[in-house]
Amino acid sequence: MSSVLAQAQTVTGGQRGLTIVLFLAFVAATLFITIRASRNNATAADYYAGGRSFTGPQNGVAIGGDYMSAASFLGIAGIIALSGYDGFLYSIGFLVAWLVALLLVAELLRNSGKFTMADVLAFRMRQRPVRVAAGISTITVSIFYLLAQMVGAGALVSLLLGVDSQAAKNITIVAVGALMIFYVTVGGMKGTTWVQIIKAVLLMTGTTLVTVLVMVKFGGSVSALLGDAAANSGQGQRFLEPGLRFGTDAQGLAGKLDLISLGIALVLGTAGLPHILVRFYTVPDAKAARKSVLWAIGIIGSFYLMTICLGFGAAALVGPDAIKAQSPSGNTAALQLAQAIGTDFFGSTGGTVLLAIIAAVAFATILAVVAGLTLASSVSFAHDIYASVLKRGEVKEGEEVRVARIAAFAIGAAAIVLSIFAQKLNVAFLVALAFAVAASGNLPAILYSLFWKKFNTTGAVAAIYGGLGSAIVLVIFSPVVSGKVTPGVGGAPATTTSLFPVGTDFSWFPLDNPGLVSIPFGFFCGWLGTVLSKEYNAEKYAEMEVRSLTGIGSEKAVQH
Amino acid sequence: MSTVHDRSSTDAGGGSTYAEVQATEEFQSLKRALRRFVFPATAAFLAWYLLYVLMSAYARGFMDNQLFGNINVAYVFGLLQFVSTFVLAYIYSRYADKHFDPTADRIRQRLEGTST
Repeated sequence: MSSVLAQAQTVTGGQRGLTIVLFLAFVAATLFITIRASRNNATAADYYAGGRSFTGPQNGVAIGGDYMSAASFLGIAGIIALSGYDGFLYSIGFLVAWLVALLLVAELLRNSGKFTMADVLAFRMRQRPVRVAAGISTITVSIFYLLAQMVGAGALVSLLLGVDSQAAKNITIVAVGALMIFYVTVGGMKGTTWVQIIKAVLLMTGTTLVTVLVMVKFGGSVSALLGDAAANSGQGQRFLEPGLRFGTDAQGLAGKLDLISLGIALVLGTAGLPHILVRFYTVPDAKAARKSVLWAIGIIGSFYLMTICLGFGAAALVGPDAIKAQSPSGNTAALQLAQAIGTDFFGSTGGTVLLAIIAAVAFATILAVVAGLTLASSVSFAHDIYASVLKRGEVKEGEEVRVARIAAFAIGAAAIVLSIFAQKLNVAFLVALAFAVAASGNLPAILYSLFWKKFNTTGAVAAIYGGLGSAIVLVIFSPVVSGKVTPGVGGAPATTTSLFPVGTDFSWFPLDNPGLVSIPFGFFCGWLGTVLSKEYNAEKYAEMEVRSLTGIGSEKAVQH
Repeated sequence: MSTVHDRSSTDAGGGSTYAEVQATEEFQSLKRALRRFVFPATAAFLAWYLLYVLMSAYARGFMDNQLFGNINVAYVFGLLQFVSTFVLAYIYSRYADKHFDPTADRIRQRLEGTST
């Protein structure tokens, strides 16, 4: 059966047309909403935080839209389809991570901050050094994440639109970038939030539809689905067990440590992602921030449960050979499954329609996530670096918002150019690095500043630069960048999955994921910096503690 | 209009400084209630998650045991991570609604002289 379905995997003109029409409908709807939202973008609180007037449930759905990126939607389904059980680790890590945000960060951040992560970090510190460090870290994490999404967009387009030319990829990247700049500069946080909400609803609807069809196909039996997936994978039962991809016996000790390192980065990264943190400022108070995380956990959890079904469904119904033929990394597995299952239930037209729907959803996903990232990084530039550091706080609000718009334009343009050159980079590598950097640099600084009385400027700066720097240095000298060589068989030339070609090897750090070392190092630097400095401001600490726990003096929602 | 705060940084409103509010028994009990919940809960879910990751790496013989049909221990363990996340999030929200919000609201209303 699977071979019959596999033969249906050809992109037709009609399907291409339908994908484009659906996607344009999404773009038209979101542009309309963005322009409407722009009418109320008078103040910084409007532009940066959507007037703080979204409800908890609305923000929860928007968080889901911001968080469920193309990398998780397409990437996890692909990893499960090709490597089986090991893809599950991503789903679990990405969800459990929200407990860190819920228990330790969301409410206290909402009460004590204003617009950016740096507002909380710099609260009781000397403003300039902490804001510079936090701004640099915010922009670095966001750019890695942005690159991953936009490179993904370029790679998808060749498959979805059936054109495999470099020019088409470049045009897609430029078009995605231009749309994202428009959403952010015109709509600000309010427009961007609505884009996230619409996208989250579309993504959940599309994923649910495919999941339900897959479950109906297997008579509601997960065991039958897993059985067919294992049989069709060519791996047998091993496909359903841990260890096919991460920490294999062949990889030895480094492989096992790499698995643990990835697991830690996934669970600790989320609460340090700047574009997620700024979402907590879009609600009126801490209670609404708590409620938004609860909604986000519900939506994100359901979504990741369904990605498991998508991944095993693709293995069972499409098969690894047909997936690898389209994309060696498996990024198209979810799309191929949509076509296969649609064809199975409703004939070839059904397959075409379902593929077009899922493809349009994938584009919408990329667009929404890049908009959120661009907004977070441009706001951090305007609020932390321009207003607080370059102008020493002597800047009018309107001027700051104008700078944020220009920064969004510049960061968007930079992301477009970098993405065009970065197309050879592995998308999953960039996402994992963004999580590792966020967990190593941002999380220690946030947790220390919320919970550790003695934490001070030196500690904050040391934690951010130590964590950020060590994560990036370790990746540069890891097998991801150079030296991961597969010897050629039977006289064939050796191949490499590293960035640098065969023959260049300057790696000395054995793990792909730096988190196992860089996250503890970030916490250590924060501690060391703090004890080496005598600075301690009891009054500011009292103010921060009282404000963060009670919400006294917290930023109020804007009334229009 | 956005609200402008121009009180001095030490004045918490209601004639008290932040340090004075911080020193009250009411505030300290709020702080204890928060920390007494979130620190052990964080330790527990991180340990539970790390156990899952470590067993995926080192206890594969155990994880590979099939329980029902093709569903093995690894699969059930993974699903339990979802369940525990949902349950802990729910318990926390109930606890916070009951133990944090009333106290925080009371302190805030007394100092800001407003009701929310």
